[in-house]
Amino acid sequence: MSTTTMEPQGPRPSRITPARIGVYAFLVVSAAFFLLPLYVMVITSIKPMAEIRLGNLFSFPLAPTIEPWIKAWTYACTGVNCEGIKVGFLNSFRILVPSVIVSIALGATIGYALSFWRPKGANFLFAVLLLGAFIPYQVFLYPLVRMLSTVGLYNSLPGIVVVHTIFGLPLMTLLFRNFYAGIPIDLFKAARVDGGGFWAIFFRLMLPLSTPIIIVAVILQVTGIWNDFLFGLIFAGRENFPMTVELNNVVNTTTGEREYNVNMAATILTALVPLVVYFVSGRWFVRGIAAGAVKG
Amino acid sequence: MKPRFFRSIAAQIALLPAWLIVIFAYLGTIAWTIRISFTSTKVFPTYDFVGWKQYERLFATDRWIISGQNLFIFGACFIIGCLIFGFLLAVFIDQKIRAESVFRTIFLYPYAMSFIVTGLVWQWTLNPTLGVQQTVRNWGWQDFTFDWLVRGDRAIYVIAIAGIWQASGLVMAILLAGLRGVDQELWKAAKVDGIPTWRVYLHIIVPMLSPMFVTATVLLATAVVKVYDLVIALTGGGPGISTEVPAKFVIDYLFNRQNVGLATAASTVMFVTVLVVLAPWLYSQYFRGQRGRGA
Repeated sequence: MSTTTMEPQGPRPSRITPARIGVYAFLVVSAAFFLLPLYVMVITSIKPMAEIRLGNLFSFPLAPTIEPWIKAWTYACTGVNCEGIKVGFLNSFRILVPSVIVSIALGATIGYALSFWRPKGANFLFAVLLLGAFIPYQVFLYPLVRMLSTVGLYNSLPGIVVVHTIFGLPLMTLLFRNFYAGIPIDLFKAARVDGGGFWAIFFRLMLPLSTPIIIVAVILQVTGIWNDFLFGLIFAGRENFPMTVELNNVVNTTTGEREYNVNMAATILTALVPLVVYFVSGRWFVRGIAAGAVKG
Repeated sequence: MKPRFFRSIAAQIALLPAWLIVIFAYLGTIAWTIRISFTSTKVFPTYDFVGWKQYERLFATDRWIISGQNLFIFGACFIIGCLIFGFLLAVFIDQKIRAESVFRTIFLYPYAMSFIVTGLVWQWTLNPTLGVQQTVRNWGWQDFTFDWLVRGDRAIYVIAIAGIWQASGLVMAILLAGLRGVDQELWKAAKVDGIPTWRVYLHIIVPMLSPMFVTATVLLATAVVKVYDLVIALTGGGPGISTEVPAKFVIDYLFNRQNVGLATAASTVMFVTVLVVLAPWLYSQYFRGQRGRGA
């Protein structure tokens, strides 16, 4: 038996041991790995092209400039249009707001109905929705394009909102179903005895209890929809391209030399909304990951 | 209490949108896609029947074979890389360190960003003419070479590196929650028995966390099959067709190459593969032993 059993109980006095140094060394090196691209992005975006051509990726700018940011926002070209990334920014917002509201409202109702009312076919419905969360989108795309063009929604704002609602539904339903599964069934039964109907119980009892999960849902949907590229590219139409698609177009529209500083400024601008959500929401973001991951 | 049929009418009405979506947008589209994969459709649907012809053509197409191989290489590197790196991050963060929340925030922030952003950042960082390679050469190592991004046999690994950068934090977050749930008595017992810490982790903690590892693997694997944006932003499938992936194959043949029959055959193969792998796991997770609940 080792002598460690003889050590006193209680918190260890803080000492600097080789093991502690190793722990911090690993963490600091890892942090550098994660931060490096962000650093490169920011530093590149404020360098004039003359400095970028020298090929010193990590060096500080000698003559910092905000011109790349102005160009990225207001007059960088995406194809033939030269109105900058702000067009995509506004489009993303116009897509984001209705998509988030509709998908969460629907997910909450369905999760509630599945958890407490268990109508006929509920298991089947849930099974298909669940599968939908894992199936590659490619299998839905072509028929969906044809369906939406039949009803005149292909390449339109309502069309892309519908698509985001459809594909946001599995996660939203799962989220709310799991949340409501944690609410004591007796609470629901008491409300039933008091004569509460489907909607009355939902709006007056369940929804007020749901604030935490709604926050998680908003975080997940805002970052998810903002970061979407595929659906925006296929369903939104040229007029409504979201920011991610516009960003890719800015980067790939080259007349002459590639303006890496403008590209990086545009990239940061595109990442800004989800990053702000991430840094502001903190632990809620992690909770969203956990809520999306736990079993039902 | 109202009779049962009355209760479920309101619920059924509330579920109507869900039924419409499930029937039309999920089941209907899948059936339609499978049907078209047996036709000779080019741009507009023609409902003839050509048997397995599209599938035979698909597996005789180099680009599809390469896409499949790339998916496998990328998937293996990405999943294993994320699991190992994410586990290490979680373990080291769990050592009662200072500024824990700062490290956690740094490790997870890439996960909040889109694949397009991730792809563009790494493309810029690793481009051989002005990126890391040139920078290191300017520092004096004239022979330093890191040109994987433009090498057909290496570019797929760059995509995996970018993916690992983005998603390791996710694994860390999931496993850290698991580590925090480990009973402190276990550590005391291990200490009494004089078992080295690394052995406790390897032989006791890792098996204890296996449900979390499974969850993380499923989430990562889902991302692997869907990978599209990352490739678009990082390499565009190049050099040549060396970093093509199945998701991109389908989109290209649907919308650019006007060969819907072949594209739907490819997406059907993707769908069936995912289904075969996933069905047992989903069943065990969600439908086994959850009886006896309800109104």
